[in-house]
Amino acid sequence: MNPGSHNSAVKTELGRRYRFSASHRLHNPDLSEGENTRLYGKCNNPYGHGHNYILEVLVSGKIDPATGMIANLADLDGFVEREVLEPFDHKSLNEDVDAFRGTVPTTENLCIEIFRRLKPFPKAKLERIRVQETSNNSFEYAGDNPDGFEG
Amino acid sequence: MVLLTRKIEFAASHLYHNPDFSPEENRRVFGKCNNPHGHGHNYTLEVTVAGEPDPVTGMVLDLKDLKEILEREVMQRMDHRFLNYEVPELAGQIPTCENIARVIWNLLDPKIKQGKLHRVRLYETPDLFADCYRNGSERAQA
Repeated sequence: MNPGSHNSAVKTELGRRYRFSASHRLHNPDLSEGENTRLYGKCNNPYGHGHNYILEVLVSGKIDPATGMIANLADLDGFVEREVLEPFDHKSLNEDVDAFRGTVPTTENLCIEIFRRLKPFPKAKLERIRVQETSNNSFEYAGDNPDGFEG
Repeated sequence: MVLLTRKIEFAASHLYHNPDFSPEENRRVFGKCNNPHGHGHNYTLEVTVAGEPDPVTGMVLDLKDLKEILEREVMQRMDHRFLNYEVPELAGQIPTCENIARVIWNLLDPKIKQGKLHRVRLYETPDLFADCYRNGSERAQA
């Protein structure tokens, strides 16, 4: 197939959005009850609460002229399903995800954990992720990518 | 520097098929997108231009000019078209979101004279999009 407009002056990324629902509780056992309440407010409720999270994954790479793709969506979807959605969806982040046994599952820390899980994707380079916790709050993480937020 | 973004929507059909692949390979690689009669999407395009606001007009570029460029370069070329057959810039390429975004970047970049094209984001669905940026070394010179 014709590589067409392929042009190294342009960098192309593929973005894909996923959803999962999970519960969490923001609580630091090293802090007093009063400090936890003051710091985390409603999020410190001992029984936890949940969100419908939206995860955005951005990968980059050469567009394969034979397929027109940076990465086959079936490969990306399968990888994200296995590494993130299956272990996180309809789970308690505090109780069911080992990474949050000693780390408060804020969405900042959730971003770092999801990035760590997706970084080894073999078919393209992980550029950055964005996690939307509610329609008013979202967080982005690009690891140590030098231009991770710049494309 | 200020970033300015304008959004447009267009509807188009396409199919994914590589004539160098066997029918089985086409189905395996492209799945439902290989349906020979094609299928369509409502595409959403976000075009971001970077620049300093002109001290006289307060504008990075006149949105009216950007609107006209998008109408001429993108809408007239792609809206209500079958991308494989009716858009010469995509001839011989698989019209994936990545390739369409790249074609749009190449069409717009030379036409934007005030400010500099910063990002082209093309949504094929709300859950799938492609971004184009100026590559690192080029950006440094920009």
